Amino acid sequence: MNTTVEHTNITILRPPGRWEFIDFKELKDYRDLLWSMVWRSIKVLYAQTIMGLGWAILNPFIQIILFSVIFGKIAKLPTDGVPYVLFSTVAVIPWTYMSQAMTQSSQSLISGQLMLGKIYFPRLIFPLTPVLAKLVDFAVSLLLLVAIMIYYQVAPNWNLIFLPFFVLLMVTIPAGVGMFLSAFAVRFRDVKHAMPFAISLLVYTAPIMYSASSIPADYRIWYSLNPVVAVIEGYRACLLGTPLEWAYIVPGTVTAIILLLVGALYFRRMERVFVDVL
Amino acid sequence: MNANNFAIEVEGLGKRYRIGLKEERHENLAAALVDFIKSPLRNYRQYRSLYDFSDISPEQMDEESDDVIWPLKNISFNVHEGEVVGVIGRNGAGKSTLLKILSKITPPTVGEVRLKGRISSLLEVGTGFHNELTGRENVYLNGTILGMRKREVDRKFDQIVEFSGVEKFLDTPVKRYSSGMRVRLAFAVSAHLEPEILIIDEVLAVGDADFQRKCLDKMQDVGQEGRTVLFVSHNMNAITRLCGRVILLEGGRVVMDGPAHDVVSHYMSSGAGLSPEKVWPDLDTAPGDQVVRVVGVRVRSEDGQIRRWADIHKPIVIEMEYEVLEGGHDFATYYNIFNEEGVKICTSIDRNSGWHNRPRPVGRYISRVQIPRDLLNEGLIFITPVIKNMRSKLRHFYMREAVGIQVVEGVKDETDKSGFAVNLGGIIKPNWPWETDYLSDKERKNAAV
Repeated sequence: MNTTVEHTNITILRPPGRWEFIDFKELKDYRDLLWSMVWRSIKVLYAQTIMGLGWAILNPFIQIILFSVIFGKIAKLPTDGVPYVLFSTVAVIPWTYMSQAMTQSSQSLISGQLMLGKIYFPRLIFPLTPVLAKLVDFAVSLLLLVAIMIYYQVAPNWNLIFLPFFVLLMVTIPAGVGMFLSAFAVRFRDVKHAMPFAISLLVYTAPIMYSASSIPADYRIWYSLNPVVAVIEGYRACLLGTPLEWAYIVPGTVTAIILLLVGALYFRRMERVFVDVL
Repeated sequence: MNANNFAIEVEGLGKRYRIGLKEERHENLAAALVDFIKSPLRNYRQYRSLYDFSDISPEQMDEESDDVIWPLKNISFNVHEGEVVGVIGRNGAGKSTLLKILSKITPPTVGEVRLKGRISSLLEVGTGFHNELTGRENVYLNGTILGMRKREVDRKFDQIVEFSGVEKFLDTPVKRYSSGMRVRLAFAVSAHLEPEILIIDEVLAVGDADFQRKCLDKMQDVGQEGRTVLFVSHNMNAITRLCGRVILLEGGRVVMDGPAHDVVSHYMSSGAGLSPEKVWPDLDTAPGDQVVRVVGVRVRSEDGQIRRWADIHKPIVIEMEYEVLEGGHDFATYYNIFNEEGVKICTSIDRNSGWHNRPRPVGRYISRVQIPRDLLNEGLIFITPVIKNMRSKLRHFYMREAVGIQVVEGVKDETDKSGFAVNLGGIIKPNWPWETDYLSDKERKNAAV
């Protein structure tokens, strides 16, 4: 550690202005804390469980079976020729990540309020921790995906090179929503009650159980403004080799970026009153 | 570098809160129903108002309205690099708000603070400790929460562990630790921070006497290493021992700032602080009226000594000495006892000394009441003595928080494994007799209905 540099550092604390953007330098200084918090939340989540990280597989697995039986076998929804299990696996896995990360992130300030009033560190660490920690579950659940792909003998094609982009997009959604809602929830605890409901509604707004191609063309633009649509469509294209439909992906990506910016701005604006209002 | 060598510069600092959020009461169900329907909108406005101050200007600092309070008003002071400064004051004087602003937990409403170098605050040791994590993991977690880099924790890890004395249990989840071990480990992490500015709030109230001494020594070292320390405490001994200079806050303002001894003795004698005894030797000017005048109020320990502190495990006696100047009146003499948060612990009325409902002749009286051992909790207690006329209901004498002492958990001997020294929270800390019976099979059958 270079103390001489630190020594000339002058911090000025004054009444905050109205709008500020993320202080990336400060966040960088605290990156080790972010990792500790991520580690803590992973470790704590599976402490004293028999299955441990196995839950990360079991959770989406049960959902996939459920969807396959109800929508694949009984309702026989069209899947553009893909076996239904495979079709829903590529969607359920990113969706499980996004929904869990969003839910936890939106409650992060409330559940961390004890710490919030006692010590300062960049508040953004609170909503970002579950967004990162859930990635571990996501990575584990990819094993399930690989297993199912091997079972159906499906190999991805060149679309696979776009996968990192969709993973990134998948992370920006809970990050943006989490920042916004966690700040909002500090004052309005309604978020906690509305969240499960909103998440279960959101499942139907994205092509998780059904195919996006079943949406009438007139509504396509509105439909695809939902960033979850872009992620799911992207995953299907990358992993199953179905054509990349940018018309579904671009609008959602734009929304996701706006969501991220708005979330960050709102979070920063509310940040200064967290402790006073909680 | 700046030309001056101030580590902390505070200028015109003020902090405003809205307390707001009063619950409305309803006369009848219909009104409640109408209100319930309208409530989302009203709730929204109310919560919004909590952080919206656009209707108040900073100049209105002095005007305390119903729902706006200013815990800090126009505070200014500077602290030199390497200075160890104590901050004292009664509860509600603004100490914690000041610390919260300095440690960036909450921003100021007006004014400015300039800090030179890295700042760390020990507002509470063990923040972020998680029960499911091992000692080792908690050291890293807590260290990074306190602003250390992982590399720094790596470097100091052995020292931290040695200081805490929990080497053997490093890979055990903290939930299996005794509370003492937990606190020791937490303090060890905090004590090994190396910020240029360190803010300490009342951490001395943890652990056993031995560990407390270790903490005090460590803090003294910190001061001698040329680090700037801001130390907030109710413990006047620790303050005078550690600090060269002391700032006294009252009602959100700096009322005195100077050498530790001067400020502390002013604080203790002015009634702003704790004093276990108040005496008014001159009967003519003593508080009271023409019927009765009080010449002394004091708190005595079990051995009759008048001290600023009392042991939780020993009884204490509150004593009031007064002169009845006009005979024939019936008095109710009583003490209102408050804790440091201003919560009333109880009222104790003289009902059984024989003078209850009995007119008193002229003369000198001493009324004593004994607070039994193992009743009060740790912390400060303040006593408001009152003499009231039973017939006219007038108060002849009333002095808000006339005396006060600090109740401490005494040093326990090594053999005591009851673990009672833990801070259990609450207003009182009684040690009631418990009974737990183990039932044999036969007794169980009999007990079952």
